[in-house]
Formats: sequence, C-alpha cells, structure tokens
Amino acid sequence: MADPMRIRAQVAGSNATVRVLMAHEMETGQRRDSAGKVIPAWFIQEVSATHNGKPVLAAQWGPAIAKNPFLQFTVKGAKAGDKIAVTWKDNKGDTRTDEATVA
Amino acid sequence: MTTRRDLLAGAAKVAALLAAAGALPAARAAWNNTAFEAKSLADAAKAFGGGAPVESKEVTVTGPDIAENGAVVPVGCATTLAGAKRLLLLVEKNPNVLAAAFDVNDLVEPSFNTRVKMGQSSNVYAVAITADNKVLYAVKEIKVTLGGCGG
Repeated sequence: MADPMRIRAQVAGSNATVRVLMAHEMETGQRRDSAGKVIPAWFIQEVSATHNGKPVLAAQWGPAIAKNPFLQFTVKGAKAGDKIAVTWKDNKGDTRTDEATVA
Repeated sequence: MTTRRDLLAGAAKVAALLAAAGALPAARAAWNNTAFEAKSLADAAKAFGGGAPVESKEVTVTGPDIAENGAVVPVGCATTLAGAKRLLLLVEKNPNVLAAAFDVNDLVEPSFNTRVKMGQSSNVYAVAITADNKVLYAVKEIKVTLGGCGG
C-alpha cells in the first residue's frame, strides 16, 4: 500500500483551495537501469476528488507528471468543516484515498 | 520484451475488469490510451474528440521561463471559457506530448496546477476543449537547464 497523501484545503472566499501532495514513483517506462533494461512504467493514471461525497474533480494523468505529484485545484462553494477526499489509481491498479477537512 | 504499449494495454484491461466488478465509480471516464500515446497537439486533441486547435486568449498556461530541474517543473492551466469541458496540459518535446487531462465542471474552478517532467526545453501548451469540440490553446516556452527524463 502506498504512503498517505498530504492534503491541505483552505477557504478562499466562497471557495476552497485544495493542495495535494501524493507519494508516488511516477516511473515513465522510458528509463533504463544500470543493466540496460527498461524500468517498467508505473504512474498514476486517474485522480478524482469529492466534496462531502459528491464528485467534483476527475483527471487523467500521463507518465509526464513529476515524481511525488503535486496538484492544486479550487472547489467552488466549499466551506470550513467540509470534507475533501482525493483518490488516485495507478497503472498497476493500486489505489489510495485520503481525506481532509477544509480549514 | 514487454513494451510500454503492452503494459498500458494490460493496465487498461485491469481497469475494465475493476469497472465491470463495480469497484470503480461508473462516472469516472476510462483512461484515454490514444490521447496519452499522441505525439502532437492535434493528435491529442483529436483523441478527446476535438477539432483543429486554435490559439486563444481565453486559455492561459503558467510556468517558469527557465526551469532548473526538468524533473519537476511547476505548470498550471486555466481558462475563462464558459463552455470548456476539459483542460489538457501538453509538453511539446516529450516522447508523448500529453501530461494531464482535467475534466471541467461547475463544481471546480477551471484552473489546475501541477508539476510535470520535461526532457528538454520545449513549448508547453494548455488546451481547452469546449462542449462543442472546439480546441483552444495557449502556449509558453519553458527552458530547461537539466533534463528530467535521463537515466
């Protein structure tokens, strides 16, 4: 199981700014190891977020996203105390969900 | 030898199985294999059902002028278009141009920031695809001092 994400959700006016830091290798499948063998691709493909259980964000990522990916987005109409949950799924089918409270 | 294509195809199958088993929310779109294999802006746009790309002031791309480390380049895409349904981030000289695709809806601001890898200095595109499949883009050149795809 992958390491937890760090999520910070802060109120900005009537919206909430959400910053997510995921822990993931994001291997492109383009690199070779010291023996010259291709290191298989391993990266997050799908990212989604919910606001109080309602889906608000859906994204598809390629291997060009940097290692330990950062993502910032703004949820409209989110208030302090609301729950923001973020889920990712990688190309090996591994998945992780973490939740944060808007502050 | 297992190629990247095989791996991706395999991953797609697993995703399909998971979806069939009801493990994934039905609302989530499947990973767009064609788009992420695309080698050019036009191909990537087409994979999402878009038409010919047109430059527009209503789409913005943000990022540094010079990135010291190509492995971590902070970039953002945003649009002021009312009818945008999808925002894409592309790096022109990467092996596959598409970095990320975000679905735009009423519940989130059409503005996303993330970090991408860049193999070399290149143009970075933010692309908005509207509900009627128009493709509008903004472009910015980012110079990279140290490539991020080496090894």
